[in-house]
Amino acid sequence: MRIAFTAKGTGWDSPMDPRFGRTAFFLVYDEEKDELIHSDNSAIEGAAHGAGPVAAQKLFELKATVLITGNGPGGNAASILEKTGIKTFVGAGEMNVKQAYEAYKNNELSEFK
Amino acid sequence: MKISIASGKGGTGKTTLSTNLSAYLTEKSTVVLADLDVEEPNSGLFIQGKLVNTEDKYKMIPEWKEEACTLCGLCQEVCNFNAVIRLGTQIMVFPQLCHSCYACSELCQSSSLPMISQKIGQISHYKRGKLDFVESRLDVGEEQAVPLISQTIKYIDQHFSQTRFKIFDAPPGTSCPVIEATKDSDFIILVTEPTPFGLHDLKLAVETMRSLNKAFAVVINRYGIGNDEVLEYCQNEKKRLLAKIPNSRRIAELYSRGELVFNQIPEMAQALKDIEDYLLKLSAKVLS
Repeated sequence: MRIAFTAKGTGWDSPMDPRFGRTAFFLVYDEEKDELIHSDNSAIEGAAHGAGPVAAQKLFELKATVLITGNGPGGNAASILEKTGIKTFVGAGEMNVKQAYEAYKNNELSEFK
Repeated sequence: MKISIASGKGGTGKTTLSTNLSAYLTEKSTVVLADLDVEEPNSGLFIQGKLVNTEDKYKMIPEWKEEACTLCGLCQEVCNFNAVIRLGTQIMVFPQLCHSCYACSELCQSSSLPMISQKIGQISHYKRGKLDFVESRLDVGEEQAVPLISQTIKYIDQHFSQTRFKIFDAPPGTSCPVIEATKDSDFIILVTEPTPFGLHDLKLAVETMRSLNKAFAVVINRYGIGNDEVLEYCQNEKKRLLAKIPNSRRIAELYSRGELVFNQIPEMAQALKDIEDYLLKLSAKVLS
């Protein structure tokens, strides 16, 4: 599994970013390789419209299979996530990345549908 | 002459002034009122007339044709609104984000994004006595007001070139829909209320009208509540204060029943007369 997080920083102890399209960073944890990579999303600040679809496209390119975030995506982004089969879990906006991952593992996050 | 009635803050009395002023002006002049607050038009609650025409309105959006597409991705690259996304082996179009600029469609080498029309709303044209009233209503779920506002103004231009006063009931705020509803106008009336919130948003509206280079004046509604800060602001900044409409329970009662108020409230009739005097002078200048 490749699990994506919306986060304000680049490490396990970084706080989660509750926003999806306008998150500061995407972190992707590859469970098989035990590797955490990050992708800077700050360029989206300049875009007035369509941050969500672009973010969803990025997750597709990062080959994420699961997304863990805070508030959840909007309608446009959700349609891309659905098409690409990325499962989305919400409610981790107040945690750090490590806690969010553990909450996901313990089935404590709700799936966004 | 086009006059937009705008406000910054919502709920200050744009519709009350638009409907009453339009009806009042028909005594001496030809008038059309257009409700350009297409997301939530409400002038029609006060102006109920005979329906004379309706037109469906559309915007153009690209539609992906898979067959010839080379998936080059140029469409996404040229889209300023992230309305076209290449996702692996397919192109997704998000109509609500599309601003109908045609860039993706025109630049596509394989002509795989032809533009098609999509209905966004409806214009209804009513007649009540001497007053023409045009109401524009955005379909539920549509996110962009601007294309419908601009087509409504086009409708007014086509049908009312000889009409003396074209009154536009503008949306609240200071964003794109307000710009669209004011940028063609010869004069803007900013309606505010004498409260800190009213003043705050009046300042934003004034800044907006200044950057559009628009002539404008202020009307204070519900005069008597709040404080004197709006009055002082107008004096200090040398803003023309066209009229003060008093705060009155009686006006609120009439409003709540969907009635025009100037026939029953002398202070309202006086405020409208002051505005009319000014507009008649102004229109003589604009038309000469």
